[in-house]
Amino acid sequence: MSTEVSAARVAPKKGGGRRRLSLPVVLLIIAGALALVSLVRLISGANDVTSVGQVSGALELAVPIGLAGLGGLWAERAGVVNIGLEGMMILGTWFGAWAGFQWGPWVGVLFGIIGGALGGLLHAVITVTFGVNHIVSGVAINILAVGVTRYLSNFTFADAPGGSSKQSPRLEEIDKITVPGLSDWMQDLQQHHWFFVSDLAGIIGGLVTGLSLLTVVALLLIPVTWFVLWRTAFGLRLRSCGESPVAAETLGVNVYKYKYIAVTISGGLAGLGGAFLAIVATSIYQEGQTGGRGYIGLAAMIFGNWMPGGMALGAGLFGFTDSLKLRGGAENVHAMLLLLAILLVIVVFWQLYRKKYLTALISAAISALLFTWYFLTDQVPSQFVDAAPYVTTLLVLALSAQRLRMPKADGVPYRKGEGK
Amino acid sequence: MKKFDKDRLILGFAGPALALVVAFALSTLVLLISNRDPFELYRLLFEQVSYSDVQVLIINQAGTYYLAALAVAVGFRMNLFNIGVDGQYRLAAMVAALVGASVTLPGPLQIALIVIVAMLVGAFWAGIAGILKTTRGVSEVVATIMLNSISTSLIAWLILPTNFGDQAAGSNNLTTGEIPEAGWFPGLPLSPDAGEIYGFTFVAAGCGLVYWLVLNRTRFGFDLRATGASESAAQASGVDAKKMILTSMLISGAIAGLVGMPTLLGDTHTYSLDFPVGLGFTGITIALLGRNHPVGIALSALLIAFLDKASSPLDQFGFEKEIATIMQGLIVISVVVSYELVRRYGTRRQQQKVGEELAAGHALTTEKEAAL
Repeated sequence: MSTEVSAARVAPKKGGGRRRLSLPVVLLIIAGALALVSLVRLISGANDVTSVGQVSGALELAVPIGLAGLGGLWAERAGVVNIGLEGMMILGTWFGAWAGFQWGPWVGVLFGIIGGALGGLLHAVITVTFGVNHIVSGVAINILAVGVTRYLSNFTFADAPGGSSKQSPRLEEIDKITVPGLSDWMQDLQQHHWFFVSDLAGIIGGLVTGLSLLTVVALLLIPVTWFVLWRTAFGLRLRSCGESPVAAETLGVNVYKYKYIAVTISGGLAGLGGAFLAIVATSIYQEGQTGGRGYIGLAAMIFGNWMPGGMALGAGLFGFTDSLKLRGGAENVHAMLLLLAILLVIVVFWQLYRKKYLTALISAAISALLFTWYFLTDQVPSQFVDAAPYVTTLLVLALSAQRLRMPKADGVPYRKGEGK
Repeated sequence: MKKFDKDRLILGFAGPALALVVAFALSTLVLLISNRDPFELYRLLFEQVSYSDVQVLIINQAGTYYLAALAVAVGFRMNLFNIGVDGQYRLAAMVAALVGASVTLPGPLQIALIVIVAMLVGAFWAGIAGILKTTRGVSEVVATIMLNSISTSLIAWLILPTNFGDQAAGSNNLTTGEIPEAGWFPGLPLSPDAGEIYGFTFVAAGCGLVYWLVLNRTRFGFDLRATGASESAAQASGVDAKKMILTSMLISGAIAGLVGMPTLLGDTHTYSLDFPVGLGFTGITIALLGRNHPVGIALSALLIAFLDKASSPLDQFGFEKEIATIMQGLIVISVVVSYELVRRYGTRRQQQKVGEELAAGHALTTEKEAAL
């Protein structure tokens, strides 16, 4: 008996000190977080924080970021760093809009994917076949994508009715679905502003109201990616190219082929994200519309430790901060200060429990600062909200970079025959 | 003894030459496909250079690009990717402009103060990424991308009229207030109506010289290049790699701080919402093109500045000026690919040569025969 206990105690430590969370624990954590948000909402009176509109807005903003992040995930799992996501997204917005205004939104989506995939293919040719540094290639693709789309706009949108050399004509919308009874019922529940129940209703309501079909597709791509990469032989081979291409080649995997496939899919996903921006989010193509979302997608992926679930969480967080600000949320964001401060108090107790007094002290100081900020002011400057996702990413990286584990051969140029 | 190596020289030139030919061919192809006469366009571009006002524009722009590329190149020599030059120079120019506008010192002191503040701010902003890398192992690429966006927000907040900014009546533009005339860097007039070459352009050239001296003629430069070539080997020979990373990040940031200076001290004398953006990314292009060599960078800076400035009047002649951006992108891609190809070819040739020499000396004859 006694040996069994000690073995069980030692086991998790061997695995890098990280225990796998079981489903009930995850659900408990989510419920706890929601209760906390609800509490903050009641104290601060910022009832819009979990409203139906807020949640569905956040979802719409999170999708392009999530798709870019998913693109980054595919490329980096095969060992190719993809800074060119931004450029591939730009290609996606342009191609999506160009095909969209001529042949309808779904053809637009298809062309958006193709446009992004072409960017991905170029990245694959430069990095895999020619072995150029991945970041250099990505930067070059970003420049080229801007040039190509601006140049092409002169020949296409400039002559179209309602278009100019900087933007496309208005695009047709993709159907939106609202689950009949459920949506109204949730909206109703949410209006009562009850503790917890209304917040839960707001979130469910946001997920079933005015949901674009493309959003559904994008959401489905997350579990699909997980399944393909972690539960199929194809995925295992692809990931082996990112962990150790030499070993993969020794086992007969055609490393170049898998890298090509991964990077092209990566571009296609980024292109889909771009097409979503143009067709669903704004119904129009505008120059510079992506606004660095490719980079945020990359950040979301790193935030999520190169895993689809974590990446989705990161994208959701970034989408939520964006939407808080867009919905006139000086008040909402102000409430978030309180949430952050309370979260830090929890961190303080956790660190004290783990006997890490210095971290606890720092957390306590920051928490105190946030509380004072909350009580002394009425709103947070919108510029700070803009910066929030980036600061969060930096903090997450700084606090947990040692725990994050990127694919081992990520970003390392590889030449065929090294394994022989 | 260092022998003059003819082959190495030829290979050194083969890279850029191949790249330019390929980029030229591809641009011509793009123009032909879009039904535009490529040779008419090239003629127009070169015609622009004959105007003295365009010459001044090109030189001024090249000076700014030169500094941006130097900042990137310092990192590149260390295998560090300072993608954040963009954020560093904007924040540095903004804070330096604020300090410059609120302090009045006699002549050169005022300029020195502005420049030093800019360098410190740039170094500080890059230093954050440096510290995150050395203490927490955060990739400098991701950290600097995040810092770019954060600096955009920070500048937007600082420049609000309620904080430190100024808004002229009847204007939408926000500025940091004008720097007193003592802080204007005198320029060099080329001809009466062609405009002035920014005085700071010459400082930029001086920076190139210092860059070359430090990298090639000092212990520090040797350590830096050694760390870039192989971190573990440098560490083994007693170089503190972490210290080198932090130092080169700080230097890179300090140079990045200078990027906004030619424009700030020579032209606008204030930081406003329409201050040039994106120079840091162009700097990456130019550093790659010039292979991190001060002379190479200077030539590349001139080339890119030429494409930028000579293309802007193209619209009047029925051409799309965006072709210049495509050309820049094509140039970068063909440059990096051709450098890699030439490098591979050089390595292969060297291996063959060594093999031949060994065979000639009969040192490994038996083994070689056995292998064959």
